[in-house]
Amino acid sequence: MLTIKNINTYYGQVHALKNVSLHLQEGEIVTLIGANGAGKTTLLNSISGIVPPKSGQILFSGEPIHELPPHGIVERGISQVPEGRQVFKPLSVEDNLELGAYLRCRKRDGKKEAKETMTMVFDLFPILMERRKQLAGTLSGGEQQMLAIGRALMAKPKIMLLDEPSMGLAPLVVQEIFRVIENLAREKKTTVLLVEQNARVALKTASRGYVLETGKVILDGDAADLMENRDVQRAYLGRDKKEIWER
Amino acid sequence: MEGVFIQTLVSGLLIGFLYALIAVGLTMIFGMMEIVNFAHGDYLMIAMYFSYWFFVLFGMDPLYSLPAVTLLLFGLGILTYYLLIKPIINAPMLSQIFVTFGVLIFLRGLATFLWKVDYRMIPQTVLSGNIQLGDVYIGIPQLTAAAGAIICNGLLLWFLKKTRLGMALEAVSEDKEAARLMGINSDRMFALAWGIGIATVGVAGALLTSFYYVFPEVGANFGVITFVVVALGGFGSVTGAFAAGIIVGLVEVLSGFLIGPQFKFMFVLFLYLAVVLIRPQGLLGKK
Ligand SMILES: Nc1ncnc2c1ncn2[C@@H]1O[C@H](COP(=O)(O)OP(=O)(O)OP(=O)(O)O)[C@@H](O)[C@H]1O
Ligand SMILES: [Mg+2]
Repeated sequence: MLTIKNINTYYGQVHALKNVSLHLQEGEIVTLIGANGAGKTTLLNSISGIVPPKSGQILFSGEPIHELPPHGIVERGISQVPEGRQVFKPLSVEDNLELGAYLRCRKRDGKKEAKETMTMVFDLFPILMERRKQLAGTLSGGEQQMLAIGRALMAKPKIMLLDEPSMGLAPLVVQEIFRVIENLAREKKTTVLLVEQNARVALKTASRGYVLETGKVILDGDAADLMENRDVQRAYLGRDKKEIWER
Repeated sequence: MEGVFIQTLVSGLLIGFLYALIAVGLTMIFGMMEIVNFAHGDYLMIAMYFSYWFFVLFGMDPLYSLPAVTLLLFGLGILTYYLLIKPIINAPMLSQIFVTFGVLIFLRGLATFLWKVDYRMIPQTVLSGNIQLGDVYIGIPQLTAAAGAIICNGLLLWFLKKTRLGMALEAVSEDKEAARLMGINSDRMFALAWGIGIATVGVAGALLTSFYYVFPEVGANFGVITFVVVALGGFGSVTGAFAAGIIVGLVEVLSGFLIGPQFKFMFVLFLYLAVVLIRPQGLLGKK
């Protein structure tokens, strides 16, 4: 469904993505793990058209999309939930959600359909319904993450890109958010690319995974295999450290 | 004495609303893209000349030509964005200052070249006259200008808070990247901000022409005051600019009344210094 072929992305002189390739199949959850500064956010932003790649290709259902502007990407059905949520703090929860459907609302019947999607989002996250008149800036971290996910869902994406949704959240909230993500893939057939530092949770949720290190994909495969991989365990699951401690 | 004092307060309030209207455009453009439009007052000057020439050439009263002037300035704002601002949007601040300052010099030079340095005034408009309330006289043009400024600011606030397009503008000014991820074309929003920001100056200029001289340097005074208003209200804050406009209008007339008219701008500038020193983010500014 989404195929990334050998992309290279730069920030000025900084070569942030080096020949990265990756593919997503419809309805699957794929995770992308890697340390700080590995280039995970850059990869999502390359897909979203925020930092377009200098070379290589990104194909969505066979069509090249790497030269489209960000709104073109959203229009095709790829939405991103950015790192650190980035909700519009001075706007209400409801207005944040409405902005998520910005492009859809410009079409005929778009407004009515967006209302239906909003009901769906409120079903997924009932707390947002309760807080819908509240300013987004006054929500807790977990609620803001739910809002950020809900806002992306308002575009009715075929592919969701999630950048570290568990960041800074309590385990219970992380569980709830991951339950929703699994649901989206299973029931709504939404394809999910999940960036995480919390590799354990991510590999449990995903069917496949990629490991990014200093801008390169160094490993990929089934999530279960990656979970068993020695290098992954050492670098991202802290298994070795635990063994030392246990010994 | 008391009557004169009230008279002073009223005129300060009336001019304050107009300052607020001029400042709103400047603060909005800054809030969107952190570019300070040094030529803001000179767009006001252009608007006033448009009003003036509509009167001289077509006999149209400034009040009636207001929609046309507003539309022209809206177009001029959009044109400015695509021609001059877009190429320097990611340039260092100094280059941006040079560009908008260049526009200031260009517009003043153009006006002087085309229309000479003469002070021009429309002798009689549909608004000429006063109304009397007790001891207080209020000029109808000034009253109309204040009412127009209130209406225009109200419409703008409604547009920003209640319409989808307005919310998209706010989203871009709050977080450009997140807005782009929502599918909002930030480039178009920047153009729209310039259009609206300069159009508000168009409204202000059209209202001002009924009771103020038109000359190439008219933007200088208003420009400086506008910066004070925007700094006081908080760069980027539309509601802040509104409150600050009224405060600056009052400070100006009160210091003129209590101390001496020659000092009124000095106190406005004192106010500016005080803000910069005590509360650099302004009354309602972020950060
Ligand atoms: N705007 C930028 N300008 C210059 N360099 C950047 C920029 N953004 C990221 N980088 C650099 O690109 C590399 C990849 O950064 P990126 O943010 O994609 O990493 P990440 O894997 O998302 O890290 P984290 O887990 O901390 O979010 C880093 O070396 C970073 O310093
Ligand atoms: Mg990141």
